[in-house]
Amino acid sequence: MQWETVIGLEIHAQLATKSKIFSGTSTAFGAEPNTQANVVDLGLPGALPVLNAEAVRLAVKFGLALDAKINRRSIFARKNYFYPDLPKGYQISQMDLPIVAQGEVHVVMDDGTQKTVGLTRAHLEEDAGKSLHEDFHGLTGIDLNRAGTPLLEIVSEPDMRSAKEAVAYAKTIHSLVRYLGMCDGNMQEGSFRVDANVSVRPKGQVEFGTRAEVKNVNSFRFLERAINFEVERQIDVLESGRKVVQETRLYDPDRDETRSMRSKEEAHDYRYFPDPDLLPVVLDEAFIESVRMGLPELPQAKKQRFIEQFGLSAYDANFLTSERELADFFESTLKAGGCEAKLCANWVMGDFSAALNKAGLDLAHSPVNAEMLGGLMKRIADNTLSGKLAKDVFEAMWAGEGDADAIIEKKGLKQITDEGAIAAIVDEALAQFPEQVAEFRSGKDKVFGFLVGQVMKAAKGKANPAQLNAVLKQRLES
Amino acid sequence: MSDLHCKTLTELRGILDSKQISAQELAQHFIRRIQAHDSTLNSFISVTEDAGLLAAQRADEKIAAGQAGALTGIPVAHKDIFCTMGVKTSCGSRMLDNFIAPYNASVVERLNQADTVMLGKTNMDEFAMGSTSESSYYGATKNPWDTQAVPGGSSGGSAAAIAAGLTPIATGTDTGGSIRQPAAYCGITGLKPTYGRVSRFGMIAYASSLDQGGPMARSAEDCALLLNVMAGFDARDSTSSEQASEDYTAQLNLDLTGLKIGLPREYFGAGLDVGVAQAIDAAISELRKLGAEVREVSLPNSELAIPAYYVIAPAEASSNLSRFDGVRFGHRCDAPKDLTDLYERSRAEGFGDEVKRRIMIGTYALSSGYYDAYYLKAQRVRRLIADDFQRVLSEVDVIMGPVTPSVAPNLGESLKDPVAMYLSDIYTVPVNLAGLPAISIPVGFAHNRPVGLQVIGKAFAESRLLNIAHRFQQATDWHRQTPPAFK
Repeated sequence: MQWETVIGLEIHAQLATKSKIFSGTSTAFGAEPNTQANVVDLGLPGALPVLNAEAVRLAVKFGLALDAKINRRSIFARKNYFYPDLPKGYQISQMDLPIVAQGEVHVVMDDGTQKTVGLTRAHLEEDAGKSLHEDFHGLTGIDLNRAGTPLLEIVSEPDMRSAKEAVAYAKTIHSLVRYLGMCDGNMQEGSFRVDANVSVRPKGQVEFGTRAEVKNVNSFRFLERAINFEVERQIDVLESGRKVVQETRLYDPDRDETRSMRSKEEAHDYRYFPDPDLLPVVLDEAFIESVRMGLPELPQAKKQRFIEQFGLSAYDANFLTSERELADFFESTLKAGGCEAKLCANWVMGDFSAALNKAGLDLAHSPVNAEMLGGLMKRIADNTLSGKLAKDVFEAMWAGEGDADAIIEKKGLKQITDEGAIAAIVDEALAQFPEQVAEFRSGKDKVFGFLVGQVMKAAKGKANPAQLNAVLKQRLES
Repeated sequence: MSDLHCKTLTELRGILDSKQISAQELAQHFIRRIQAHDSTLNSFISVTEDAGLLAAQRADEKIAAGQAGALTGIPVAHKDIFCTMGVKTSCGSRMLDNFIAPYNASVVERLNQADTVMLGKTNMDEFAMGSTSESSYYGATKNPWDTQAVPGGSSGGSAAAIAAGLTPIATGTDTGGSIRQPAAYCGITGLKPTYGRVSRFGMIAYASSLDQGGPMARSAEDCALLLNVMAGFDARDSTSSEQASEDYTAQLNLDLTGLKIGLPREYFGAGLDVGVAQAIDAAISELRKLGAEVREVSLPNSELAIPAYYVIAPAEASSNLSRFDGVRFGHRCDAPKDLTDLYERSRAEGFGDEVKRRIMIGTYALSSGYYDAYYLKAQRVRRLIADDFQRVLSEVDVIMGPVTPSVAPNLGESLKDPVAMYLSDIYTVPVNLAGLPAISIPVGFAHNRPVGLQVIGKAFAESRLLNIAHRFQQATDWHRQTPPAFK
């Protein structure tokens, strides 16, 4: 039987606010346990929540960036359940009226095709604390530093039909939240968490199959693997005549499999009801407009501009605009280099990105900044450096030996472009190989390659290759 | 001056400012009275003698420096529902018997800043759930007028302590009548302000959309002075009103000529004790003499208030009380086997019967499949009740009626029949559902127990209510009666 995969994603993006969503406590990562928890975060008797306006602004920004519907009135609700790291015995979330409702996400696949994924909703909620099961000798430690951290839960429609589509959608959202400066996107630290609702159905069937929710996926690579494993598992279950159970499953990256965490029978009745401690969030048009005015150029628009303004290919533009920082880096480099966009794009996407990857660094920690890379572009563009020399200079720059001009100066790498000097090098080299010169002149074209090599060697790579070639040909044919 | 406990705040102010006695001596007077009488009444859970005397000493310094405010050096008792830093805040529950609050409620903070002298924390129904103060883990409070009778609840400790002269003023909270009903049963004055007028920050939540703190004292004037400090916007409570608070003493003496009073026929029907009705009628006649006009009005949805309240309040309570799980503070059972055992036994041991009853009712009402039929329907009823009040209050200035259908029952009676106890809140609960202000003032006795008149006003009309109560009290002396056993 032919099976079709159906995937919907729930993404929790931690909002980059300075303080928590309902208290003034800092949200900084990595503090000593329970040092960032005040009476509100601890859920002490009598403590009350007060909504962080910045969290609301960021949520609206997200909705506007997707051109989704912004609810002018949204409601916070309590989701009731007991857990030791949930201090109040309920999580403040949104249920019936989320702040962002209904929208579309346009996803560009690797092969350039477009895919539209429906956005069901995006709502504000508070994070829980952390339960620490190690180091406590059979007991559980509770760290409430994270309790009350603002999250935007972004829920998609079940519109994706493969793990690749799911990954492309998740990357699109990831890029967007980072563009908007609303989330640092760090998947390892849990600032960007993706849960996948996965089901399969016989191709052509309209009804959805029973789904499983896959959690604990902390990279895009694991997301793809987890979905693929889950799809295979469900197909196996169905093909062996059994039924898929609705349940929550955890992905184990070490074993590359998903395991059952709790079934629907064990699922909670969360008893949602409007939180009487918080007023409805009412947004006026002036506020929404002010947020709209503050929107940065978004990935799609930036990509289009890169194609039109710089004449880049769709592939290059897509690559360069995948992250706001990379796009900014490219534009800064281009400005500093004053060169052709394509040359700059090739370097940013090629040697520069490769060096970053190899060193395992992100842009912010690159030893070569846009100003420096631009300086190198300038010297390539004005023919001071050949392609090969440019690579040497780049490596030296990466190693911290200074900017391009300083390295060229220090190493004497300046490309020779003076016609007379090049002619002298050619003549000197040819004088050492009279036999080969004679062979060429008698019609053995093959020997040309050898002579080019010898001349290049004599020039120690410094001569402009085009000029060198031209002079060599002229000499041989004269 | 052995009658210090019978003085009004204005009189005490004069005595303190003229240095006839010091704030420390005044505090000691009340502490001695608590020591002498509270073994009978059980109106205090904690007495904070040392901290109180220290605060009194600071108050004396202010008085000496000529910096005294209206409440400088005035003793006050706080209902044990308000968090008091460094002092046990039990909420009348075993669950919080070991809870020393690490912060002050906004109300407590404001009263501390006004240089009041805290005498202690008053007894109450457990988590404010009850109308008799009998559900307290610390035992029942007795009514100073008749120690066989309950003082009402849940702010029964505050009401009894004021009536017996153990404190001149006290804080209370009112979710369905918990200030007004004990004020009525104990013959004192108690005001439930408009929802949002007094900050709920640091006030342990029972039903968040209904809870409101307010002043309790012997007179309307004293309530006004106390409300002056308690009321006002608080950024830490999102439901706090941004409307500016007033000087609630400014309009106390306004003439009542032309005051339009509405008497809802639903508040004078079957079930109202004849003695109570007579006392209320007499009070209304007195107000007529003061120039008020009276007409009958109707609040047709009144009978739905109790059922709606007993869905909404327990629903919110079931969620509000989830934080008492034995994990971070409060009672924890011995040697829990596992997490479920920790939750189950800590809560089973920590909560009393009435609290458990309401948690279960609320949990049920919010459950999937029942939410629409109970919670949503109750919210619609709440809207209807609020609409009734709005309509009537567009025709009259205030609504009046009894606070309760009968006088204080005997101890133990209500425990036998919780539903009968729930019904005793029939005239007070609708006011909370509508979020309106209402005051309870003593207007006489029936069956030798005090009777309270309820005056309900428009939102933020606290000044008007205090004005009416004050003019009435200028013309009568019911509020100056003291229980014989506590002279």
